[in-house]
Amino acid sequence: MRDRTSTLPIVLSSIAFAAGEICILRDVTLSLDAGPPTVLIGPNGSGKTTLIKLAMGLIPPTAGSIRHAQADRSARRQAIVFQKPVMLRRSAGSNLAYALKAAGRSADAATVTKLLDRVGLAALADRPARRLSGGEQQRLALARALARDPEVLFLDEPTASLDPAATKAVEDIVAGAAAAGVKIVMSTHDLGQARRLAGDIVFLAKGRLIEHALAERFFAAPATPEARSFVAGELVI
Amino acid sequence: MSALDLVFSGDPKLFGIVGLSLFVTLSATVVACVVGFPLGAMVALTRFPGRNALIVFLNGCMGLPPVVVGLLVYLLLSRSGPLGPLGLLFTPRAMIIAQAALITPIVAALTRQLIEDLWAEYRDELTAMAIGPAGRVATLLWDARFSLVTIALAGFGRAAAEVGAVMIVGGNIDGFTRVMTTTIALETSKGDLPLAIGLGLVLIAVILLVNAMAWAVRGWSERHAG
Repeated sequence: MRDRTSTLPIVLSSIAFAAGEICILRDVTLSLDAGPPTVLIGPNGSGKTTLIKLAMGLIPPTAGSIRHAQADRSARRQAIVFQKPVMLRRSAGSNLAYALKAAGRSADAATVTKLLDRVGLAALADRPARRLSGGEQQRLALARALARDPEVLFLDEPTASLDPAATKAVEDIVAGAAAAGVKIVMSTHDLGQARRLAGDIVFLAKGRLIEHALAERFFAAPATPEARSFVAGELVI
Repeated sequence: MSALDLVFSGDPKLFGIVGLSLFVTLSATVVACVVGFPLGAMVALTRFPGRNALIVFLNGCMGLPPVVVGLLVYLLLSRSGPLGPLGLLFTPRAMIIAQAALITPIVAALTRQLIEDLWAEYRDELTAMAIGPAGRVATLLWDARFSLVTIALAGFGRAAAEVGAVMIVGGNIDGFTRVMTTTIALETSKGDLPLAIGLGLVLIAVILLVNAMAWAVRGWSERHAG
């Protein structure tokens, strides 16, 4: 029987991550709790993707600790969508059926169609997933993630290479999932997107957590010089 | 009778040899794929002591001389060998075993490299979906299926072209274990060039045809499966 212990909170305490001699993250402390979306922002190389992978449990920290409310990794209701999701070499519908089976859920045609419909891809169920456009692939990746019935959904710059229409489609799905009670933890370069979606902002620069605040307060009055520069659109290197 | 006359007249002897050759080589290719695909994938996806040595061994075995493989299989199947009581020596089954032994390392080594490269692409996605080791092997093999066809063809080509192993374990018995390559070698040494040339033409045509069919299937599948 599936353990229904909550996946949240996920508490990261003084974590660091290094790849060889390169320190990517250092001394980051952060608690991810149920509630509105948490959006990670910061310049390239600030450690956003690494932080998401650490919180998801895909990689272990080189220092510090991560405490998951649900200790059994296989029982955690969490999913992730990568910036460039890998589409399996099969149809869109079969990609979704695969994800449903992997999550131990029924992969019958009705369930697949319902999920595809949720992301606006029901008409493309039989199309090879790798033949879909970038925006459609990203929506299919979202459907695969939602197939896990996640309590927390990590999104690593899901709209980085999409046009405005495709970005809007993805944002609508993310907002819908958040409204349905899924905790969103998302990284983005797009300050406008962060304003539209975020409940709270985590600002990273040079591998450090510089500021963590409610989105409204962060954008109205950033507390640190780095955050002020970033919000003002200046280059933070 | 010229070589072309032999081919186009449907000479029963010639086509008997061709049929046996195809049976032996296709059977050996199937065995090599059944063993080599999962073996290569497992080596690609698992870490264990001696893994690097196993990879070097598999890669090294890609260049095994057919006569050495034939000799080893002969020793296994000979009357005094460990598998002697099975009575397989000088039968088509012995030839299948020898060719499978020759090409399984090729299939496994190429599969290992292919799956390892694919795993680098899929790792995060499959790990995030909590796919277990067996599921990973199955998923990666399925998604690599078009490239695996090419690997199977490499094995088929190697098996179809070899002489030494089947000569040693098959004995080149007329009407029973005589295949295209051994017949070409024998007839050339006897001076019967029309039959040797005719078989050579058929051998080349068969290899080209199998490759063309595989290419067509691959193209069709890629269009329909992405």
